[in-house]
Amino acid sequence: MSTGEGVLHGVPDLPLALRGPAPSRVVAGFGFWLFLLSDIIMFAALFAAYAVLCSATAGGPNGAELFDKPRVFLETMCLLASSATCGFGTIAMFRDNTRATYLWMGITFLLGACFLSIEGREFASMLAAGAGPSHSAFLSAFFALVGTHGLHVTVGLGWLIVMILQVATLGFQPMVKRRLYCFGLFWHALDIVWIGVFTIVYLGAR
Amino acid sequence: MFGRLSWSAIPFDQPIIMGTCGTIAAVLLALGILISAKGWWPYLWREWITSVDHKRIGVMYMVLGLVMLLRGFADAIMMRSQLALAAGQAAGYLPPEHYDQIFSAHGTIMIFFVAMPFVVGLMNFVLPLQLGVRDVAFPVINSVSFWLTAAGVLLVNLSLFVGEFARTGWLAYPPLSELAYSPGVGVDYYLWSLQLSGIGTLLSGINLTTTILKMRAPGMGYMQMPIFCWTSLASNLLIIAAFPVLTATFGMLLLDRYCDFHFFTNELGGNPMMYINLIWIWGHPEVYILMLPVFGVFSEVVATFSGKPLFGYRSMVAATMAICVLSFIVWLHHFFTMGAGADVNGFFGIATMIIAVPTGVKVFNWMFTMYGGRVRFTVPMYWTLGFIVTFVVGGMTGVLMAIPPADFVLHNSLFLIAHFHNVAIGGVVFGVMAGMSYWFPKAFGFKLNERLGKAVFWCWFIGFFLAFMPLYALGLMGATRRMQHYPNTHWQPLMVVALAGAVVILVGIALTVVQLVVSIRDRRANRDGTGDPWNGRTLEWSMPSPPPAWNFSVLPNVKQPDAYWELKKAGGAHRPPPGAFANLHMPRNTPVGIFLAFFAVILGFALIWRIDWLAAVGLTGTLATALRESWRTDREEVIPARVVAAYEHEQDTLEHPVAPAETCRTRPEVARNDVRITVGSES
Amino acid sequence: MMANQQLKQCVRLAGVACAGAMLTSCREGVLDPHGPVGQAERVILYDATAIMLAVVVPVIILTMAFAWWFRADNRRATYRPDWEYSGTIELIVWSIPALVILFLGGIAWIGSHELDPPKPLATAAEPLEVEVVSLDWRWLFIYPHERIATVNHLVVPTGVPVHFRLTSTSVMNSFFIPQLGSQIYTMTGMTTQLNLQADEPGTYEGLSAQFSGPGFSDMRFSLVASSSDKFASWVAEVRARGGVMDETAFAQLARPTHGGGELTYGELARDPFDTVAHGQMTTAWSPEEAL
Repeated sequence: MSTGEGVLHGVPDLPLALRGPAPSRVVAGFGFWLFLLSDIIMFAALFAAYAVLCSATAGGPNGAELFDKPRVFLETMCLLASSATCGFGTIAMFRDNTRATYLWMGITFLLGACFLSIEGREFASMLAAGAGPSHSAFLSAFFALVGTHGLHVTVGLGWLIVMILQVATLGFQPMVKRRLYCFGLFWHALDIVWIGVFTIVYLGAR
Repeated sequence: MFGRLSWSAIPFDQPIIMGTCGTIAAVLLALGILISAKGWWPYLWREWITSVDHKRIGVMYMVLGLVMLLRGFADAIMMRSQLALAAGQAAGYLPPEHYDQIFSAHGTIMIFFVAMPFVVGLMNFVLPLQLGVRDVAFPVINSVSFWLTAAGVLLVNLSLFVGEFARTGWLAYPPLSELAYSPGVGVDYYLWSLQLSGIGTLLSGINLTTTILKMRAPGMGYMQMPIFCWTSLASNLLIIAAFPVLTATFGMLLLDRYCDFHFFTNELGGNPMMYINLIWIWGHPEVYILMLPVFGVFSEVVATFSGKPLFGYRSMVAATMAICVLSFIVWLHHFFTMGAGADVNGFFGIATMIIAVPTGVKVFNWMFTMYGGRVRFTVPMYWTLGFIVTFVVGGMTGVLMAIPPADFVLHNSLFLIAHFHNVAIGGVVFGVMAGMSYWFPKAFGFKLNERLGKAVFWCWFIGFFLAFMPLYALGLMGATRRMQHYPNTHWQPLMVVALAGAVVILVGIALTVVQLVVSIRDRRANRDGTGDPWNGRTLEWSMPSPPPAWNFSVLPNVKQPDAYWELKKAGGAHRPPPGAFANLHMPRNTPVGIFLAFFAVILGFALIWRIDWLAAVGLTGTLATALRESWRTDREEVIPARVVAAYEHEQDTLEHPVAPAETCRTRPEVARNDVRITVGSES
Repeated sequence: MMANQQLKQCVRLAGVACAGAMLTSCREGVLDPHGPVGQAERVILYDATAIMLAVVVPVIILTMAFAWWFRADNRRATYRPDWEYSGTIELIVWSIPALVILFLGGIAWIGSHELDPPKPLATAAEPLEVEVVSLDWRWLFIYPHERIATVNHLVVPTGVPVHFRLTSTSVMNSFFIPQLGSQIYTMTGMTTQLNLQADEPGTYEGLSAQFSGPGFSDMRFSLVASSSDKFASWVAEVRARGGVMDETAFAQLARPTHGGGELTYGELARDPFDTVAHGQMTTAWSPEEAL
């Protein structure tokens, strides 16, 4: 789509709404925001299910018995830090600094992978202890909510690899920058969802 | 090796299904042979299948909807005829294991694969034209959305021949839809086809919302947008807000069925009531997703054919957004009888009634649009008047059932069935038919046959009342929905009348096909030479029919609502001077949509039948296709300014300038040479 | 012009057809209630319909009238091509629906509370307790005080409120006797409540109003209301007939069966209701049974 075409020039203080079609960068960003909002609503439904089912332990273990809060703290720090490094990577991208982008995005990837590894071990230990999702509605809701978040993180890491490859092969053309920016939005949104998760699921477990 | 799939999945012992299968295979084969013989495959691939043009995609959605209407309606005729027969001791000809699939398929198909494609198709075609821009915000994603919907259609139709469909009703309530009570593949077909098409719909919602909010012609602020754009905005916002809940809920049911989770099972703490809440939190906004654009169609039609602006534009905008917001706080009225208690029931009952207020305001505003106008009784206007008469009855019965104690005796009865068909047919179907006949000339360059169009209307109108008034009565008499037979023989005459009504509608559907054939045959005589066959008011009428691939050669400068009408009043639409054209950047066609859908179908089918290796193939293929597409850098093509100028020059020499506002009964139409202009859509 | 007249005629025809259809439904079902709950609900139905018709009918007539009068070739009508707003009309078109809804909303709120299914009826008599278990695909009725049970057949004394407690062994159903009033869902692991009363002797048909599988259409039962004496003698008769409701009998009843006729159990060795209501006795179906 052409950018800037049809835009009324030379009219000072014309409201944005009247200036004609917005540039591609704005359109892409806005559309991605809408997608993120829809994803958050999907998480909201999972949160609602968790809230309804969190006491349906069917005689089995509840959250307070299962959750290892220090471990959760560690993985939270990994994820929050990765958001910061992702931010630095985005800044580097805006400055067309390839090496810095690789560096910060690489660290982001590692921190994200740490998060996933800690979470994976948590799931494995719960399964081994007979507290898998098929044992109660509470556990189903837990695994679905936290697992969906983990799946999003996994997809995010895959996307990050693709983005780094695209920077390497296509360079910093507008299309690649737009996507990297959207990746950043996605990654930060996952952080926000995680804050919801650790508050409601882990800290809220009695 | 093949999971749960085996030869026994194909119902060789059921003649009706095998006959249908044979017929469809024969038709598809004949179509394939015809297309090959005429050498149309390259054209179809280039111009339609890989198209990212919103106009083409819109037309494909409408075709998809029409084809699925035939399947959904076949289910309806089977249901009506079964009930006309199965009174007293008679068992009818459809045993429960078939009947239960038929009513489940009927509802699923009509909502997801008829109504949604029709409404999304209309919005796709019209919105960029009305907004004065060249395409939607994300044209490639638009194509993906369409093909994912088609993937869902394919899976649902496959369930007829390989395996079975769900036997749970169109919303698949647990515990009935859980593995314990639906161990077959039917519910899995239902879930996967809807998850796939649901992704397509969500992407459409994001696409069209971004288009409306971020891509409008210069000068077109929010209060200068046509009302159809407002209603479409509300509808697409609802899609973004509601469909994720559907995805999550179906996801939870899938986890229950596939991975032994316990969200909605009877044991280990599952909560089926939660499913009902979640599914209706999606379900109620869904009906407004369908209704709001249709309200927009009626607003446009009434204004155009009254020769007056829509009465109370601001009020209509306010009413539209009010309906949008309110639709999220009424969901419990679908299950007052589940026992939530008087306070909760009362709240939701009142909230439901409050939604009736802006809807009533809309009806009044349409009436007052006609007041002081010069009303022309074209086919779209017939549908509109028929809608007003029919829909207010349906709205009335809806408000009636919003009173919890009234609902206690009417819930799940045939009265409920009559109510929602009343608003779905009187509202959505009539609106889609109005929109189709209104915008058909714009899409194809010639008008539909008016006489046949009116005949189609009367068949639907009369057929609807014949088919559903008996159902209101039967519901009051104590008849419930989804019954495969009933003991009261004195209900049978009413059931027969209902069948007669369905047959009348069938005639209407047949006449629609005839109308298309006749109109195509007579297309030269009914040619729309001016691009403005109805003396329209909005921007889509300011360009030739069909529009060029780039829509507007120069984006219009908008100052007021009803932009085209103002232009005509000011002294006729005029072409921009030759120096005004610039090189246009249009998106290139791409096959990513159909390839993604292809692998999505493989993935869906494999998941349904638990064929792990095939699922891996499908998943890998999907990812590979997406990755390949993401590396594509040649996304745009340039249409040089001289090509645009040449096109505009040709239009100049062919058309009269458009006359200022007058009734257009006898406007001269100019015959055009049969020149096909294919600029801009090649890749 | 012709089209509009045709349209008007059709509307009239349709109206007559509707009225005819509605009248045939007055002799049974929801519009022929035989108990206080159903009667109160019928009053609401009639009143709400009347109020709304008072708006709907003029709207339909006005729509047709405007379309007719302002048809394009009627040059007597004044053409106002720029008239698109009137504050007064806006006020009226927002007020009329708002007032109607205000009124109906009041009915909804009050009716919701008065006719809330668990709310005991106003009758002074001591309520009869009946426990209901929806099976696949028939209904089990347990009289906990009388210590008997029946399948697909209920007998109650007239003029006595019946307090139902309901649950299900498998999927959701809805307990509904149209001529007595409200329905209520039955759900596994949940107990719902309903209060109904039959004021006149007679046989009232009952059904399930929530689709529950292949045998759904056969889930019909009957409720016979008779005088208190006749009720007492019926109880005695059931006891005399014998049959024991215990775990084995219940387990057999719970297997998927289509219809299955009316049965009685003269002795309630073990009341299964509470176990079922706590979700401890759910059934599942084999693939053949699910067909």
